[in-house]
Amino acid sequence: MPEMIKLTIDGKEVEVEKGVSVLTAARKANIDIPTLCFLKEINAAGDCRMCIVEIEGRRGFSPSCITKAEEGMIVRTNTPEINEARRVILDLILSTHNRDCLTCVRNGNCELQTLARQFGIQEIEYEGEKIAANIDEVSPSIVRDTSKCIMCKRCVAACKNVQNIGAIAVAGRGFESRIASTNDESLNNVNCVFCGQCIEACPVGALKEKDDTKQVWRKINDKDTTVIVQVAPAVRAALGEEFGIKIGTAVTGKMVAALKKIGFDKVFDTNTGADLTIMEEANEFVERLTKNDNIPMITSCSPGWIRFIEMNYPELLPHLSTCKSPHEMFGAILKSYYAEKVGIDPKKMYVVSVMPCVAKKFERSREEMKNDDLDNVDCVITTRELARMIKQANIDFVNLEDDVFDDPMGEATGAAAIFGTTGGVMEAALRTAYEKVTGKELKSVDFEDVRGNKGIKKATIDLDGKEIKVAVAHGLGNARKVLEEIKAGKADYQFVEIMACPGGCVMGGGQPIVSSKTRSNVDVRALRAKALYNIDEDSKLRKSHENPVMEKLYSEFLEKPGSHKAHELLHTTYHKREKYNI
Amino acid sequence: MKTLEEIQKIREEKRKELDLRVNLQANTVEKHILVCRGTGCTSSKSPKIIENFKKIIEEKGIKNVRVIQTGCFGLCAKGPIVIIRPEDTFYAMVKPEDCEEIINTHIIEGKLVERLLCKDIDNSVVKRLDELTFYKKQKRIALKNCGIIDPENIDEYIAFDGYKALEKVLFNMSQDDVINEVTESGLRGRGGAGFPTGKKWFFTKIAAGEQKYVVCNADEGDPGAFMDRSILEGDPHCIIEAMMIAGYAIGADKGYIYVRAEYPIAVHRFQTAINQAKEYGILGKNIFGTEFSFDLEIRLGAGAFVCGEETALLESIEGRAGRPRLKPPFPANAGLWQKPTLINNVETYANITKIILNGAEWYKSIGTETSKGTKVFALGGNVVNVGLVEVPMGTTLREIVFDIGGGIPGGHKFKAAQTGGPSGGCIPEENLDTPIDYESLGAIGSMMGSGGLIVMDDTKCMVNLAKFYLGFTVDESCGKCNPCRIGTKRMLEILERITEGKGTLEDIDKLEKLAHTIKTASVCGLGQTAPNPVLSTLKYFRNEYIEHVDQQKCSTNECKALAKLEINSEKCKKCGLCARNCPVNAITGDRENGYKIDTEKCIKCGACQRNCHFSAI
Repeated sequence: MPEMIKLTIDGKEVEVEKGVSVLTAARKANIDIPTLCFLKEINAAGDCRMCIVEIEGRRGFSPSCITKAEEGMIVRTNTPEINEARRVILDLILSTHNRDCLTCVRNGNCELQTLARQFGIQEIEYEGEKIAANIDEVSPSIVRDTSKCIMCKRCVAACKNVQNIGAIAVAGRGFESRIASTNDESLNNVNCVFCGQCIEACPVGALKEKDDTKQVWRKINDKDTTVIVQVAPAVRAALGEEFGIKIGTAVTGKMVAALKKIGFDKVFDTNTGADLTIMEEANEFVERLTKNDNIPMITSCSPGWIRFIEMNYPELLPHLSTCKSPHEMFGAILKSYYAEKVGIDPKKMYVVSVMPCVAKKFERSREEMKNDDLDNVDCVITTRELARMIKQANIDFVNLEDDVFDDPMGEATGAAAIFGTTGGVMEAALRTAYEKVTGKELKSVDFEDVRGNKGIKKATIDLDGKEIKVAVAHGLGNARKVLEEIKAGKADYQFVEIMACPGGCVMGGGQPIVSSKTRSNVDVRALRAKALYNIDEDSKLRKSHENPVMEKLYSEFLEKPGSHKAHELLHTTYHKREKYNI
Repeated sequence: MKTLEEIQKIREEKRKELDLRVNLQANTVEKHILVCRGTGCTSSKSPKIIENFKKIIEEKGIKNVRVIQTGCFGLCAKGPIVIIRPEDTFYAMVKPEDCEEIINTHIIEGKLVERLLCKDIDNSVVKRLDELTFYKKQKRIALKNCGIIDPENIDEYIAFDGYKALEKVLFNMSQDDVINEVTESGLRGRGGAGFPTGKKWFFTKIAAGEQKYVVCNADEGDPGAFMDRSILEGDPHCIIEAMMIAGYAIGADKGYIYVRAEYPIAVHRFQTAINQAKEYGILGKNIFGTEFSFDLEIRLGAGAFVCGEETALLESIEGRAGRPRLKPPFPANAGLWQKPTLINNVETYANITKIILNGAEWYKSIGTETSKGTKVFALGGNVVNVGLVEVPMGTTLREIVFDIGGGIPGGHKFKAAQTGGPSGGCIPEENLDTPIDYESLGAIGSMMGSGGLIVMDDTKCMVNLAKFYLGFTVDESCGKCNPCRIGTKRMLEILERITEGKGTLEDIDKLEKLAHTIKTASVCGLGQTAPNPVLSTLKYFRNEYIEHVDQQKCSTNECKALAKLEINSEKCKKCGLCARNCPVNAITGDRENGYKIDTEKCIKCGACQRNCHFSAI
């Protein structure tokens, strides 16, 4: 039993675990305290001073997010003095801010806007010099606008403490202080891996994805182009949130219906690509395990992760699986096998991937992601951009009738669905590898050991007498730990799954942004992951190699996993990448 | 390495040799020429003075005369200062070319060089240092050795009871004895906040943890303050010794001193002192053969004012940008690298050896009920005797400004004194009889601060002054928390508006409201005290603010945007000096018809005003 302490907040006695903050204690007692720089498990610095409270016996006000609750403490959260101070502070923050709310991507989902409304701010009392606008839109993934930054430093904490990258930090002092990367360079030229966790952490519109929706609209409206869209597994687990649907609700049917209404010529499922990835990756793993070729083998679906290892551990690149990520594989198949089958000139085909990820925008642009001089995928938009397109098309998303993916590339297994959460790729690969290695049917398909939110999960799998050990890491801070083990020769596992984002793709940098307050109360990752596990459970087919599309694809086109053709289209290479191009 | 016995022997022999420095009745043929090598005198060529003296003495083959570099004598306004002991002759504003005359007349002929003697406040010529009014109300405890010993010579420090307190502590006192003595003495932190030093030592001693640290805060950053610098320059060993005593008391074997890199002389002398102490085995392992070991390192600050805040200072020592941490936990429990850490200011440490040697009772007998001992002030601004003064607590501001400081020069009137730098407040004439102690200064809206004391005469605009300090705070805010980062900037903008005649009465209310939020909601001391200069000037000089707003007028003409220069024809003697000195030819006229200023052309530089002999502008 944890030690409990009692304190009084606004006259109410509250009992909490020793060690929690005054903020947590207050929220437990249903007393709300406004916050801005606080983000559960990511940032608690007491910098914004919105969460100040009065603690008897302490001078001035104390920030409740980092002040530990103590036995017998008497706290007041709601006096006229505190509210007046908070109002002045909010006024000050707003006075520096570029208040172009109507045209801001975060209009309606902005924590600063919410607070301004809550405090009834109708005019700014302390107008003065604003933060200089410095807009970085050089990278293919992330756009940063300092004029909207409120210096909460949540992005810095996400980048440094969670992802262990430190691409951005506070530069300068006082009013001149700003969030910057090395030498004030663009994120494109520094050690940023484009995971986009900073965007997820940002309470305002200072960080956002590079918006590519305009060019998608242009292509849709172009009669000569066949525009094909494919959707990653994690998108369906979160898209509904943009339309007020409860977190953790899979909206596959409505999503497909919306995509068709938008005007995409074909709507396919990246899950099919994921099944294909498993076919190739399981085969590659078994082959490499047999030859003891660069074991452990590490998954390669997460482009932020790839950029990370290319920059930070180039000597470990041979450990990566050579498989392209599912949507790139799928794009390559669409522009070859499918194009030929339906008789479309692949040059007039435009493949759009809807991804929970901003790093995918960068991945798409890689030189390696081409065949016959054609990009495998032409455009990547995030879950958020898709939601924006649905809204632009005046679609009443909530009341849409469910629809299904188009044939012949629409079928996918439950194994593919769970790609979107940490441990999912590993689990899917094990289901196929087991049967491939043992030749026997896998009875229980659930590998519970690789599920859940632990940063690094390790498990031992019995492949009918042959034991293999696997590791799963999510979040680049955890990835670094695993890589250090491999580097030190201490890795006793043979197969590793790594996802750049903590929680995997369901928590990707392109997913709907959840406010700090909601993140405090709800385990967003668990709910979104649950939606995917439910899809898996409800699927008739739960092993990738049982997908009939795979059977057809290999018999008609690819011959067998790891074939020459498969290598040409579905596999890739990596290279050392300089962290700084300055 | 020296044994304890060897050090005791040095103390005995060297003390005899240097007796004439303090025993002014000493019966000796020897003479010591003491030349100030504090930063002020050094920049007025005192190193050249030393060089010249030595050269002349050698050339002339003079025996029994030694030339010594010392720390600050305090009367910086009269620098470079040369003192000859034992007769205690005080030569002021000495130039390198005066050395020959001093040697010939004073040393060889035995006569005074009259023209170089110092003049007192009443313009009388003073022959000896101890006759100067400047020194009469002072009591030197922290500055005891400044101006007496060569700071770069450990033997001279040892001669004047140096490292004797350490010896006493190591052999005759328990850790608790030391802490009790310091507690009993009533010594409070000289960095400004005045926290009881003994209590701080006690908290650090009882804090759980094997590794503990002693830190000296020498990041003196207040504009115009140079107390800590002078102590480090004049008597570095007394800080080393005090830090070691602190280390012994709290159970620490490692110390850091955080000094501004802008204090090169202090840094050099302190490093020299560390090296010498190590060479003698005073710093190091098993000091004097005891179990106690202590090591000390210098950490250079890059000049950020906020690093004087103890937690920001710790961050900086750890290699990060100086931004404050939340307190609690206090450094006593989680300081440097999260280990229990004792941080005291230079001047606080400078009192320790004296308390240990003379006892708490002695120390307690000096000062007021709540503030014991003395306080060093860097006296600056519109005052005759600009310099470094040390007075017993309880001395009034009037005594400091008028008796020690010699009053206001140029026939002007006293307007206000500013203590505590950008964190402090302005004290008007009506409060001049306030005795200096922590509580009294707090009660009148200022603070003790680290010891900056700036005197302002009636030519100074209080709104402009508040603007100056806010400008400083805005520059030095680290930017961590919003009230300070944005709030001080907004206060400055409002003050700028007011000094440009664009302010409104509402602006004054806004200033007060914002000041209140910044004080209560900022993370650290910098923000919490930043509004003080505005609040105190608003309290005592509100009329000036209202005059700027209502009449767009600055009666001192300091606010250039408001200044309207015109020629008073009654006073004007039509000499034309103003017109000749105007850089933009805005003054026209002739010696017959008088002169006029074209306000369109005028850039309000004030050149005409400065050059008018008849105060006609």
